[in-house]
Amino acid sequence: MIKTKKIALVVQSGTIDKLYCAFILASTAVSMNWEAHLYFTFWGLSSLTKGAMEKATLPGDYKHLEETMKQNLKKMNYPTPYQMLKRLKQSNLFKIYACTPTMQMFGTKKEDLIPEVDSMVGAATFLNIAADADVNLFI
Amino acid sequence: MSDNSHSVTSIMTTKPDKTIDCQSLFCPEPVFKTRLKLDEMQIGETLEVIADDPAAKSDIETLAKNLGHEILSINEEDDVVTIIIKKLK
Repeated sequence: MIKTKKIALVVQSGTIDKLYCAFILASTAVSMNWEAHLYFTFWGLSSLTKGAMEKATLPGDYKHLEETMKQNLKKMNYPTPYQMLKRLKQSNLFKIYACTPTMQMFGTKKEDLIPEVDSMVGAATFLNIAADADVNLFI
Repeated sequence: MSDNSHSVTSIMTTKPDKTIDCQSLFCPEPVFKTRLKLDEMQIGETLEVIADDPAAKSDIETLAKNLGHEILSINEEDDVVTIIIKKLK
């Protein structure tokens, strides 16, 4: 049996640019029948709390480009990061993990997270998943 | 005319079974939408993908290769690429 290809991403940032990077790669991977495993930690984890992803912005240094970017995204008819995430959830190749120590650090509870999160895991579990991934990236 | 050139001509003149217009869509949308369209199709059917994202030609070829489908033709005209894919599985 041919091994399914796999991408494993650590999503540490919750800004819109980085979220797009993560979901563009995941969308492409899943389209090609690859597994896509995304581990959300720190500000990435914050973006998984209900209502947060829709409010994601550009980081401070690039704030002046935000309005133009958002206008162009509309003109491009481009999906938002959360729309990409929800679309990806229709595939069982796509998994989202929430980092438990980050949740504890910022007082985030399970019920605060969006329902698309597959499971809350620690580093050992994610490393085990990432160990045989074909592409590993920190975003 | 050899048998081979005859078959190439017939591929180019035969109407594809399905068409998807990805013009004005950007990465990863042409790839994602092409995959969804392929999922709706029967094995052996052909799909015509029309796109104008400069990344589309290479991306759609890579998608087809990863999914194990066959590229029958690629035609570039001005900034528009038309790719015919045959669904093999």
